[in-house]
Amino acid sequence: MTAQVSRRGAMALGLGAGIAATLGGTRIAFASKMDEAIAAFTGGAETKTGLVTVIAPEIAENGNTVPIEIAVDSAMEGDDMVEEVLVLADGNPNPGVATFKFSPLSAEATASTRVRLAQTQNITAIARMKDGSFHTDTRAVKVTIGGCGG
Amino acid sequence: MAKIKPRVKVPKSAEVGEVVTIKTLISHPMESGQRKDKKTGEMIPRNIVNTFSVTFNGEPVFEAAVEPAVSANPYFEFQMRVPEAGELAFKWVADDGEVYEISKTIKIA
Repeated sequence: MTAQVSRRGAMALGLGAGIAATLGGTRIAFASKMDEAIAAFTGGAETKTGLVTVIAPEIAENGNTVPIEIAVDSAMEGDDMVEEVLVLADGNPNPGVATFKFSPLSAEATASTRVRLAQTQNITAIARMKDGSFHTDTRAVKVTIGGCGG
Repeated sequence: MAKIKPRVKVPKSAEVGEVVTIKTLISHPMESGQRKDKKTGEMIPRNIVNTFSVTFNGEPVFEAAVEPAVSANPYFEFQMRVPEAGELAFKWVADDGEVYEISKTIKIA
C-alpha cells in the first residue's frame, strides 16, 4: 500500500506545522525581549545565584492573580544593601513585571505582589546590590488558565 | 467611575527599631493595553498604576515601578523598620494622571 496522505490529513499536518512554527516564533521573541531587559538592568554584568529567592506557587489555576514573593538575603546595612529588584516573566507579551526599590528603612528586602501570567513560564528576579553585584533566581510556574486577553 | 479608595494595613504603634509588615491594596482595573473591546474590536488603551511609593516622614521606604503584568487591584506587601514616631505616606500614580494618596501615623509604644 502506498503511503497516501488524504486531503484532510494534509490540511491537518500543514495546520499543525503552522501552529508549531508560530508558537516557536513567539517563544523566541519573548526570550530575546527577556535578554534585552536583563541586559538593560545589569549592563551585561554577571549574575550570581543563592541570595535571591522567588516564592511562587508551582501551579497557578488562574493566571490573572498569581501571588509571588521576592526575598533577598541581606542585612540591609552598610554595603550589604539591596537597592533594586527587577522581576521578569519570560512568557508574557512584555517581560517586565515590576521593579522594587528598597531603602535603609526597609528592614528586609522582601516584597510580595500579585501578577498576571499569560501562560506557563518562568519568573525571574534580579537584585542589584549597593556594592554593584547582581543576584538572581528563577522559578517556574505552571498556569492552567492564562491571564491575558479577555 | 467610583472613587478609588486605597486600603493599607499599618500597625497603630510599634517599638523603636521594630520591624513591621505593611500591606497595601488599591482597587484599580490595571487595563493592560493588550485587550480588545469585544463589541467594537478596538484596543482598550492602557491604564495602569505605574508607580507606587511609600515615604516615612519624607524619607523613602519602598518604591515599585509597575508594569502591566501586575494584577488588577494591585497588592503590595513589604517590611519596614520603625525608627521613630511619624507619618507613613503612600502614593499611587496611574497612567491617566490620577494620583491616589493615603497616610497613616505610627506611634511609639
